[in-house]
Amino acid sequence: MKKKMNIQWITMLAILIFIFLGTAPFYMSMFRIGLLGKYICFAIVAVGLDMIWGYTGILSLGHGVYFGLGAYCMAMYLKLEASQGALPDFMVWSGLSELPLIWKPFANPIFAMLMIIVVPVVLAVIIGYLTFLNRIKGVYFSILSQALAMILAVLLVGSQGFTGGSNGLTNFTTIFGKSLSSPMTKLVLFYVALLVLILIFILCKFLVNQRIGKIFIAIRDGENRVRFAGYNPAKYKVFVYALSAAIAGIAGAIYVAQVGIISPSEVGITPSVEMIIWVAVGGKGTLVGPILGALGVNAMKTIASESFPELWSYVIGILFVVVILWLPGGLVSLKELPAKWKKKFKKQDEEGQIC
Amino acid sequence: MLENNESGQVDDIILDIEDISIKFGDFKAIKHVSTSVKDREVRFFIGPNGAGKTTILDAICGKNKISGGKIIYKKEYDVSKFKEHIIAEMGIGRKFQTPSVFNGITIEENMELAVARKHTLYSTTFRKLSGEKRDYMNHVLEFTGLQDKRFQYPTRLSHGEKQWLEIGMILATRPKLILLDEPVAGMGRKETEKTAELLQDMKKECAIIVVEHDMQFAREVSDSVTVFHEGSVLDEGTMDSVQDNEEVINVYLGRGGEQ
Repeated sequence: MKKKMNIQWITMLAILIFIFLGTAPFYMSMFRIGLLGKYICFAIVAVGLDMIWGYTGILSLGHGVYFGLGAYCMAMYLKLEASQGALPDFMVWSGLSELPLIWKPFANPIFAMLMIIVVPVVLAVIIGYLTFLNRIKGVYFSILSQALAMILAVLLVGSQGFTGGSNGLTNFTTIFGKSLSSPMTKLVLFYVALLVLILIFILCKFLVNQRIGKIFIAIRDGENRVRFAGYNPAKYKVFVYALSAAIAGIAGAIYVAQVGIISPSEVGITPSVEMIIWVAVGGKGTLVGPILGALGVNAMKTIASESFPELWSYVIGILFVVVILWLPGGLVSLKELPAKWKKKFKKQDEEGQIC
Repeated sequence: MLENNESGQVDDIILDIEDISIKFGDFKAIKHVSTSVKDREVRFFIGPNGAGKTTILDAICGKNKISGGKIIYKKEYDVSKFKEHIIAEMGIGRKFQTPSVFNGITIEENMELAVARKHTLYSTTFRKLSGEKRDYMNHVLEFTGLQDKRFQYPTRLSHGEKQWLEIGMILATRPKLILLDEPVAGMGRKETEKTAELLQDMKKECAIIVVEHDMQFAREVSDSVTVFHEGSVLDEGTMDSVQDNEEVINVYLGRGGEQ
């Protein structure tokens, strides 16, 4: 019964966060809204990661890959729209004379929007099948997923003529014919990001409340037992992995439209691990925790790097250690802390009396 | 469940183990073992540690590969050709030695996962359990004595209750053959007696193979006993008959069983 109360409290917290985000444009500068929109994209990724890590217990250290794939699909479309039929600038610089075949269909916005989801899902299903069907799990899967992030980053840097190399894709002008620099477009993009976050939160909340969500938790608690209950865990793991990949892809696409640049430094190992930190700091297995974590950690990152740029990496390091040591349930478990202390003091009191 | 069904074909053989061998590298864990289990029979596998009892259970439920011979279930399925979850769906339920229940979901949710017969992504996402499934689940919860605790998490259960929950989850899948690995290990006398009662009721529905060291428990519950020693069958028969076997006394019973 206590758990039920807790769940309601967590939904309340989610609603509060959404209200805060929804009203932010009324009292924040356009610059801050741009940043907040970026954080919302990170929060979307974090919700997807929570499904796979917090609920199903699979630690993926390579979700930057899926974020990146979604982002690059969007960026290809934006770049082609900006070039207005001409060859994109970086291709000219790398000596290409013709638009590469895989770029051509991305001039079509509908195709590009589809690819934002299809490409991450297809890759995730292939990787998922190969690993989960062969029962590769735990730390072995984590290492594999990290290698994947590294491979993609190296590939992106290496094929300069196709991807813009380490500079990535940038210098976009319009999206669906609307100027990207106009405040109105920016505001619309901010609300699109927020709407997507809310929809994905509701979708994930729905899933974890259904029997399939219980199977995810069961796989985390005892994969073998699930198997001998007649379920094929690989099927569910591939599904949740592909789901989180699709979510990351969508987040990447909205990110590019708002930030205006995507480069290999946003898809490699470091950003992938940072995503895990957001989930851990916020509180995994709660769905709302990761949102809080992504918003909180990135807000701190901005504040810290504005005031003490060289100290930022220490701040996040310390934060991570503090959470792991003293707050394993993440920020959302702060609520239970007073009760815990009360219990502890009471115990100490009783012990004192005995002495 | 559990309504007395004496009219069933009790003499039907549900599991036929034909001359199986199991190797781990160069080590032959099981050497040419043959036995068969009838429907609604409670068979005990006993023998010293390392005799290969658990290894055979693992082979029946698909966890171990066999290197020779065949295990035929319901006279038509060669279990070595199927994956674990398919074998489970065919009606062979397995309980491992240590209680393994899902601690992150409530006792009722544990049972819901077990009682559901459709295991597709679609049905687990959109379908609710049918009323009949729900009734059956309630019945099993009552049967295992966990009805009052259904909204709790299994972490709060005692060792014995966890074992019953797991047995209940196996029952909920409506198996035809249940494999139990040391179900009463670590239980007190009272809990053991309750487990014995559960088994007596369960056998009205299905066959049960039990690996156990508790000889008193075996005597109370078993219909028949197979004694293993160093990967081979030493003797088979009723508890009383194997007890008188000189060889069995020498390698196992004479030492008072093993705890």
